[in-house]
This record gives sequence, structure tokens and C-alpha cells, in this order.
Amino acid sequence: MTKHPHALKVVIADDEAPARSRVRDLLEDCASSFPIELVGEAGSGRELLALLGNTPADVVLLDIRMPEMDGLEAAQHLLRLPEPPSIIFTTAYDDHALKAFELHAVDYLVKPIRLRRLHDALTRARSITPLRLDILQRVAPEPRTHLSVQERGKIMLIAVTDIRYLRAELKYVTVRTAAREHLVEESLSRLEQEFSEQFVRIHRSCLVAKAHIIGFERDVLEAGESRWTVMLNGLDEKLPVSRRQQHIVKEFGRNLP
Amino acid sequence: MASINQNSAATLLPNFRNLGVMLRVLVIVTALTVCAAVLKSSNWSTLLQQWVGIAAVVQPIAIFSVVLLSLANPWLHKLEYRSAVVTIVLAELVITLLVLRFGALILEAAVENTARDVFFAVAITLTLIGYFNLRNRALSPALSEARLQALQARIRPHFLFNSINAVLSLIRAEPRRAETALEDMADLFRVLMADNRDLAPLENEVELCRQYLALEQLRLGARLQIDWHVDKMPKDALMPPLVLQPLLENAVYHGIEPSIEPGVVSVNIYHVRDQVHMVLRNPYRKDGNHHAGNKMALGNIRERLALHFDAEASLQARVGDSEYEVHITIPYVKAEE
Repeated sequence: MTKHPHALKVVIADDEAPARSRVRDLLEDCASSFPIELVGEAGSGRELLALLGNTPADVVLLDIRMPEMDGLEAAQHLLRLPEPPSIIFTTAYDDHALKAFELHAVDYLVKPIRLRRLHDALTRARSITPLRLDILQRVAPEPRTHLSVQERGKIMLIAVTDIRYLRAELKYVTVRTAAREHLVEESLSRLEQEFSEQFVRIHRSCLVAKAHIIGFERDVLEAGESRWTVMLNGLDEKLPVSRRQQHIVKEFGRNLP
Repeated sequence: MASINQNSAATLLPNFRNLGVMLRVLVIVTALTVCAAVLKSSNWSTLLQQWVGIAAVVQPIAIFSVVLLSLANPWLHKLEYRSAVVTIVLAELVITLLVLRFGALILEAAVENTARDVFFAVAITLTLIGYFNLRNRALSPALSEARLQALQARIRPHFLFNSINAVLSLIRAEPRRAETALEDMADLFRVLMADNRDLAPLENEVELCRQYLALEQLRLGARLQIDWHVDKMPKDALMPPLVLQPLLENAVYHGIEPSIEPGVVSVNIYHVRDQVHMVLRNPYRKDGNHHAGNKMALGNIRERLALHFDAEASLQARVGDSEYEVHITIPYVKAEE
């Protein structure tokens, strides 16, 4: 795997060291027919994102089952990069994901990987249209564990469990944690769908984390009107609950121990 | 006991030394005495009196029978099924007559109707023998099914393909380790595909577990740490095969794989008097993102333990804050030399 100006830059992501070394061997075999450069290896989804923040790559061979963020989630973050790499999923056995992959023509290789298959996939990688995010979101069965933002060329992860609320702005969504605010380029209604277990809509443009709600307060406005506001753990800010969503105040009271 | 073979007459006869069988006999006999009392009494107030009267005769017979049958158990199982049934019926007749005779002496009351009592004794004996016969017939297909399930559910395809992949990765760089790994795999699959209806020594199961874990360690490296406490295990204790291995597979799948940090799986096997205890522990994270599949393995193992040991075996699973524990207890049945 010599350094060649037009070499295909490949990254391997797999939590099992022998699996990585196997792919390494196969890449070396492929390198005899076209130039390949192995630019990095990662043992988890997190490591992969950290790696790709500063090392550009053309292709990622991405294992689906990994601890600390699986391949399906890592791919969703990767696709938000300005120049996302081609993603080829690898898996030993994963019935559900494979069916969905077939359906949406997502590229994947089953382990043990055959040299021929890897060779074909890498040859294709540069030419085919990249994986589309919306398709991947349909394929991934679980909600993400993190949201991602790009900051100074790096992928920054925000744990979903740290998020206090999500608020729709003009083009972005503000993500508020106890520490700070981030802007992400996502749609609030999609986020609401994905995280319906953890978040509840209190307003047309705002979702709050159920786990961080510490109480509701009645706010008196001028002209004798009043409205409910929600208080969140670790924030001074009080967020108004719209009239249409007032039933959540009652539900919250009911779920108290 | 060790062998549950469908065609042998011995399988249609229950193991009279098993606690579950003894309990079944006593419970059924007691239920029948209650029925008899209900039939004989005209109203509720005389029911208890009637029942005491019947139980005073029947219970001693039942208890003597259970004791005698458990003593004669090995010998009975060597007989042909028919001769065993005839022997048991004759034994019951003798016990009944003796209890009636001595009962009459002790209670100083005349036994009213010996012929009728003898008729009931024979009828109940035959009913119970018939019950156990049907029960065993009903359970033996379950046993062969358990074997099938063992094949299907035991080994996760995920494990098989990842292991093959790991072995492939070794072939170029470390051919010797690859050889050992393939040998371990061969042994593992030999057991998986064998007829697993017979009990096997604990020693074999532990060896199988070691081979299995060696394969897992190949892929997971330092992430998988194993803590063996088996120095005091009774090596010759008999148990159904593939009880510990699938549990360890669960432990690795749910306890080790979801984390990048090293985790410890501990295996603790010991015996207290005539019971063998097997305790497996693995780390457990509530937020772990994979689940399911686990209950099926536990259900399958429980079923097989019950088929072999009835009420004398138990399997308990406990989820702690950061730990998952499975505790199996089986009777200490030694392998014959």
C-alpha cells in the first residue's frame, strides 16, 4: 500500500482486532491492482468520527455492531460532513439491516469478506452516488445516541441524554445542553419522530427532554392572562407551554412518584 | 436416570428417588382421599371427619410406598416395564394389607372391608403408573425438540461468522494459533451437533466452555476477562450438556461486547452436600443497546433441567445495578464408573 497521489484512501472501523487485520490483509491484496492507502483504523464509532475529523478518507469499511456507537449511527454523522466518504458496511450477521440494505441498495460486505467482493466494492466506491442520509435514517432501527455538529473541521458529538431542549430557528435547530447551545442543521419534526421516547413537544417550535423536566410553573402575564412554563434541570430559562400542549402538564403530574 | 432413551421400558417408569416424583405421588394420593371424603360425606360438617378417617389409612400406605419405591428404584429400572408394573402392584398390595393389619392393631378398630381397600390400592397404583407413563411420553418429544432448539438457538450465527473471520485473520500471521482455534471450533461443534439427550459429566461441560471462551478471546482480546473458580467443582457430577456454554455466550454478548472497556465474566462452580451450584456473573449495563434472545435461552435451559431433574433443579437469573447473575442448582448425581 504505497503512497500514491491518486490512491484510494481507506479507513477500517471494527471493534475486533482480528477482523481489522483480516481487512488489512485483503486491502494489501487489492493494492496490487489499484493504488490503495490505509489512512486509519478505528475500534468504535466514536473513534472513527474523531479520526475522520482530521483525516480525509474516500472509503470507510464500517462494521455495524460496535460498542460506543454502532456503525449505523456513526454513518449518519459521517454523512453530515462537507465531503462525506463512501461508506461500505461490513457485518458478520445482521438479518434486519441486510434486508433493508438490499431494499435501498446500500453497499455492504458480509464477513468473512471475500477478496473479490472487496475488490469490486472498492472499484465501485468512487463512481457510485454516495449514500443518502434519508435512506440511512430509514434503515437504522434505533434512534441515535448523539447529535453531531461540525466545529473547526471536527465532528463534535452531543449526547442526546445531555440535551435539555431542542428549538426550531429559521434554518437550524438550537440544541441546548446544561453547558451551552449548538446549532444543528436538522428538522425539528424529524427529531421529534426519532426521539419520541425521550422528548415531548411543548410548543410549535420546541421539544423538551422528559428526563430533565423538574416542574411546571404558572406565569401571570399582563392583562390577567396566565400560562404554564416548564422548568428544566440545570437551566434558569423557563419555556412557555402552548395552550394546545397543556395536557402534558397534567400527564407530568400523573407520572410523579 | 442418566439415559433417557425412548424405546427402553425404564423410561416409562419414573425415577422414584426424584423429589418431584415423590411429591407428585403424595399430592395425587392426597387429592384422591379428599375426593373420596367428599363422596362419602353427606354434608360439609362431616367432611373433615371422613377425610381424617380415610387419610389415617391411606397416607401411611402412600408414605411407605414412596420410601420403598425409592429404595427399590435402581432395581426396578433394570426390569422389563411389564414386570416392573406387576412388581409394584404386588408390593402395593402387601403394603396395603400390612398397614391395614397393623392399623387395626394400633387403632384397635376392626377393618371393615379389606377387599374394597385392596381394590382401591390397586386402582390408585395403576392410575399413578399410567400417569407417569403418559407424562414421560409427553416429555420425551420435548427432549428431542430441546436438542433441535439447542442447535438452532445455542450458537448465534453472529458468533460463528465472527469466529471464522477471526481464524481467517490468523492464518497468514499466526498459523499455529489458527490451528488451535479451528480445533476448538471443531470440538465445540461436535458437541453442538451430538445427540445431547444424555447427561454428561460437568468436567466435559467446563472444558467445552473453556474452548468456547478461547474463541471469543481471540476476537475480543483483553476486553474479555475470565475469572474461573472451579477448583472445588465436583468433576463427576452429571448434567445436561450445553447448559453453561449458552449462558456464557449470553454473558459475552450482553456483558462484554457492548462495552469498549474490559469486563469480567466469572464462573463459580462448587457443591454443598448433594447439590451442585453453578454461578455465572457478567457486567451489565442497563442502557446497553442490545436485548432480546436472552429469555429464549434461559427458558430452553430451564426446560431441559426440569426434564432431567424435575423439581430438584433450579435456575435463577438476577439483574443487579451493574451485574447480571445466573445461579443454577442441580442435584449431585455422580457418573457411574
